[in-house]
Amino acid sequence: MPIEIKNLTHTYSAGSAFQATAIRDVSLTINDGEFVAIVGHTGSGKSTLVQHLNGLLKPTSGQILVDGEDLNAEGTNRRAIRQKVGLVFQYPEYQLFEETVARDIAFGPKNQGLNPDEIDARVRRAMEHVHLRYDKYAERSPFDLSGGQMRRVAIAGVLAMAPKVLVLDEPTAGLDPMGRDRILDMVRELHDKEGTTIVMVSHSMDDVARLCDRMVVMAKGSVAAIGTPGEIFRQAEMMQSIGLGVPEARSLCIKLQEQGVDVPDNLYTPEQVYDFILSKWKELNKPC
Amino acid sequence: MNDRTQILVDHVSYSYDGGETIVLDDVSLDIKAGEFVAVLGHNGCGKSTLAKLLNGLYVPTKGSVHVCGMDTADDDLVLPIRQRAGMIFQNPDNQIVASIVKEDVAFGLENLGIPTEEMLPRIESALNSVGMIQFADSAPHLLSGGQKQRVAIAGIIAMQPNIIIADESTSMLDPTGRKDVLDTVKMLNRQKGITVVWITHFMEEAAQADRIVVMNEGKIVANGTPGDVFHDVEKMRAIHLDVPHMADLSHRLRKAGMPLPESILTVDEMAKEVAALLCPSK
Repeated sequence: MPIEIKNLTHTYSAGSAFQATAIRDVSLTINDGEFVAIVGHTGSGKSTLVQHLNGLLKPTSGQILVDGEDLNAEGTNRRAIRQKVGLVFQYPEYQLFEETVARDIAFGPKNQGLNPDEIDARVRRAMEHVHLRYDKYAERSPFDLSGGQMRRVAIAGVLAMAPKVLVLDEPTAGLDPMGRDRILDMVRELHDKEGTTIVMVSHSMDDVARLCDRMVVMAKGSVAAIGTPGEIFRQAEMMQSIGLGVPEARSLCIKLQEQGVDVPDNLYTPEQVYDFILSKWKELNKPC
Repeated sequence: MNDRTQILVDHVSYSYDGGETIVLDDVSLDIKAGEFVAVLGHNGCGKSTLAKLLNGLYVPTKGSVHVCGMDTADDDLVLPIRQRAGMIFQNPDNQIVASIVKEDVAFGLENLGIPTEEMLPRIESALNSVGMIQFADSAPHLLSGGQKQRVAIAGIIAMQPNIIIADESTSMLDPTGRKDVLDTVKMLNRQKGITVVWITHFMEEAAQADRIVVMNEGKIVANGTPGDVFHDVEKMRAIHLDVPHMADLSHRLRKAGMPLPESILTVDEMAKEVAALLCPSK
């Protein structure tokens, strides 16, 4: 179920004194089963862009085609599309409201009109995906959980609708390292094992480098670059000038090049740099 | 305790529910005037409780906390303590009270009963020192998260404190906002000698402190320079904390046999050491 974004422009409060164009003429395609990261400064239009993917925002101009169907055309069943494209907002735990974890997660499937057995199965599966044990947490109040756990409950609520595409807007913001790793591991599993298409907005170049297939770099409401992490992080100067920078592993390679070490331009994860440095060192220290 | 001790946490325990939930367990800590101390630990380790004990928002269940020689358990000293030790919280939207930036900065001064003619220069100087003077007449809700945090810092600076306590004040900000806020506080630490207690879970921020205190399950489990604390990669991992990427990489390369020093924390240090090993001719 690919999503095609065609010449998308969005202007907030058009026609008023507060008129502001958040994104301008953005075109890109998210392919089936891809893991796409969207990076950019605060105010670059990332959140505005992702809120179009399931029809929460309507384009000022341009089109969003989900599986070839124009999301905003007359007669389109937007409700059906929203169930296929799950959107996890920033700080989604603020939207929890039910008395128990299980009931909160069941809210979406219930609205989909599923029968109680199906709803229960969906809730259990969603909790499994976010690594919360059903027997331990289902009957707990979501408000007694830690911040990271609450966020996983909120994500489970979206997963319970069985979306084909999961869109996450800064899913790790404000979490500690353990909470962050849990969320990212879970997202990676959904992608690798379930084949869910992932669109993730992130501020961390290191997380993005490790996880995604393709990156969309936003700057001032436009797409500044699209490519694999290798292609994007090779353009270190462009990434610095936008104020995003590159992963530390890539920064190390650049510094090593400056000091005369012959380092290829396509390394950007700690593993790649570890392998490179170690093999180079072993080569130099080979017994003659 | 020596002359320069400004915050003295002496065998402090803190519990809720009449002792059932122990948040801090016999914690002792001594922070000197002008120090920049980072407190690290994952959520629930007790670091925010520790922060709230440092300016009398909480009072210890056992033990005592002294700030600039004043006991936080003494009700009469609460106001002077809070004037000396100002706190910045996590959520930039929860700590702005006024609808114009300079009025927000004035809020603390009004509470202290500072006369109006003295308030104006103090507000101006505080906004200057956090680089926000050009927004003095702006509405706070139009600022970015990092800018709001800097206004909150200005509100504290205007009260001429000795100590700033920041409780995960960058965790809701984007990378630029985080850097601006940390740089502002570092500058205040260096130029005005303000003591900083910087609670965070960003290892890269902690690496810039003079000293790091690591907390786990209500206890202090490490206390030393960033180099000391981060070279024990296994210990940090065991309590689910990260180490800076470069400390981790050099740790792994050392394990594989490369003779790298244990103190590496930054990309610059790493590049220098690795280049020396890979270009022996230089």
